[in-house]
Amino acid sequence: MTSRNAVVAPGRTAVAKRGRGPWPLVAAATLVVALIVVSLTVGVYDLRAQEFGSEMSWITRVPRTLALVLAGAAMATSGLVMQMLTQNRFVDATTSGTTEWAALGLLVTVLLFPAATLATRMVAASCAAFIGAMLFMTILRRIPIRTMLVVPLIGIMLGAVVSAVTTYLAVQFNMLQMVGTWFMGSFTAVVRGRYEVLWVVAIVTLLVFVLADRITVAGLGKDVATSVGVRYDLILIAGTALVAVAAGVTTVVVGFLPFLGLVVPNVVSMIRGDNVRSNLPWVCCGGIALVIVCDLIGRTIRMPFEIPVSMVLGLVGSVVFITLLLRQRRG
Amino acid sequence: MASIVRLADTGLPPLAPAPRLGWVTRALPIVVVFALALVLAILILSYGNPAPFGSSGYWTIVRSRSGSLATIALVAVCQAVATVLFHTATSNRILTPSILGFDALYVLTQTALVFAFGTAATGLEGIPKILAQSGLMVLFATVLYGWLFSGRRANLHLLLLVGIVLGMGFGSVSTFMQRLLTPSEFDVLSARLFGSIGKANLDYLPFAAAFVALILIFVWRRRRRYDVIALGRDVAVGLGLNYRREVVTILVLVAVLVSVSATMVGPMTFYGFLVATLAYQFARGDRHAEILPLAIGIGLVALLGATFVLKHVFAAAGLVTVIIEFIGGLLFLIVILRKGMR
Repeated sequence: MTSRNAVVAPGRTAVAKRGRGPWPLVAAATLVVALIVVSLTVGVYDLRAQEFGSEMSWITRVPRTLALVLAGAAMATSGLVMQMLTQNRFVDATTSGTTEWAALGLLVTVLLFPAATLATRMVAASCAAFIGAMLFMTILRRIPIRTMLVVPLIGIMLGAVVSAVTTYLAVQFNMLQMVGTWFMGSFTAVVRGRYEVLWVVAIVTLLVFVLADRITVAGLGKDVATSVGVRYDLILIAGTALVAVAAGVTTVVVGFLPFLGLVVPNVVSMIRGDNVRSNLPWVCCGGIALVIVCDLIGRTIRMPFEIPVSMVLGLVGSVVFITLLLRQRRG
Repeated sequence: MASIVRLADTGLPPLAPAPRLGWVTRALPIVVVFALALVLAILILSYGNPAPFGSSGYWTIVRSRSGSLATIALVAVCQAVATVLFHTATSNRILTPSILGFDALYVLTQTALVFAFGTAATGLEGIPKILAQSGLMVLFATVLYGWLFSGRRANLHLLLLVGIVLGMGFGSVSTFMQRLLTPSEFDVLSARLFGSIGKANLDYLPFAAAFVALILIFVWRRRRRYDVIALGRDVAVGLGLNYRREVVTILVLVAVLVSVSATMVGPMTFYGFLVATLAYQFARGDRHAEILPLAIGIGLVALLGATFVLKHVFAAAGLVTVIIEFIGGLLFLIVILRKGMR
């Protein structure tokens, strides 16, 4: 239990349940498409009965669903990347303080340049997230003994300290309520014209697919990676930058999405083993499906009002995460 | 750091017997801390009072300020005693009730009560209400954390992580329920949840103070038992203590103290940790007879000092808890990093 640093945990071999052809993945993708269709049809405004139906659907329903797909896929894959780079199963943007840094960056930008455009804010948030993620990695390198559980603890505490600074600033400038609304992860305000920047995270996801093998090798540690000819430091920085961009952009557009990057990759690798390249499509599908389901729950449970997706995610995510942790205890 | 490292999370007795110290040496830090607290209290009451000394206006202002002073004192006592006892019961000095989500649990209990009974929950005023909500909280805390700590392979970091995530989860559930409340129910709830040092409910104060005083007497009478429990389960059982009963009693006390403190000023995650860690640092020995008063004194100085400085130097009195959280969080990070390196 103490120092299980290896990427492949005992009992979860890479060969588990593979070689059945593409059919399971096709089934999963069909399920995701079905969820997307459901997401398009559910809502207070009845698209068929009322006039402007098709227009409304292009103004709110389609952008919202696209935003769900993009954010879900990006956060889930960036969680996977984080877990490979830190060689730790329990790290993602939530448990490494990355989203808190993004929030701080966003707040500081808004305070310094109130007229900043959405693009400027995103760049600032991503830069702050990058600084935070690199700081986290640096601290991790300075600890010789990295147990499975100390790593996320340090990340969570770092996040707590950073968000205390954010709260301080927000209180000083009387922005506390606004900050609360910004960072409450929710797709309510996503309409045409407000989601398009999320396509940036689609690029991030694609880049993760391209770099998948190298990230896998980097996950085996610096020595192994260097000996097979991978430029470890470069991959580390590239991976961290990808995660930072995903976290920064998602935070600016929709807010915090807790536990998404943590739960999905872990569940996928529990079922399928640890081959990153073949797991990536599954992680994408899983992320999209989880976000859409949580959003649907939030939308329907108290119609015509909405419950932000981050609350449903926080609830589902913490239960799954604790189950994962306690399984470790028994194992 | 010496005293932190010695007991740490091993549950083993100290390596060397504590040197024999005269009571004057032992009491010195406690006396110093309480003297400092007294000076700060007088400063808070009298500094920057616009009315001339001795006039009736002067005393009115002093009286209104003494309300927040009493709140601070009560919170300091609750958090310090709860954290030190919790450290004793779990034989380590990192886990604290707030980090493990006790505060979030309190918020959840309150929300659940309003969720279940609606505005009728206001009908339960006074002693029945307090008994009902404390009872619910105590029951929940004892079952949940008793179960978590009873595991044989209970790993310190695992518990800590589970506790933090539980806290986040409780937070999500509470916010979730709050969204489902009607506006009038939400008003009832927020009146209960979001206290602060400036506007604590003073009607509740005498009752809470009496209650906490009773707990303090109870704890003080058992201070020697707690010294034994701090030595860890095996030693305590070997010395003839009913270990399980004592630990459950402590968990109940902690739940009550945390709920009193949370009612007064709302959740504060790292304050207890900060206070207890500093107390271990400055204490001359490991006995509860020294650590408990010292922790209370440090808690008083920290809160009073932060209040005074923020009010008169930075003109930002609402931020006391945020500042303490920031410093406490940094300290916590440092302690964790040092333990990670060992």
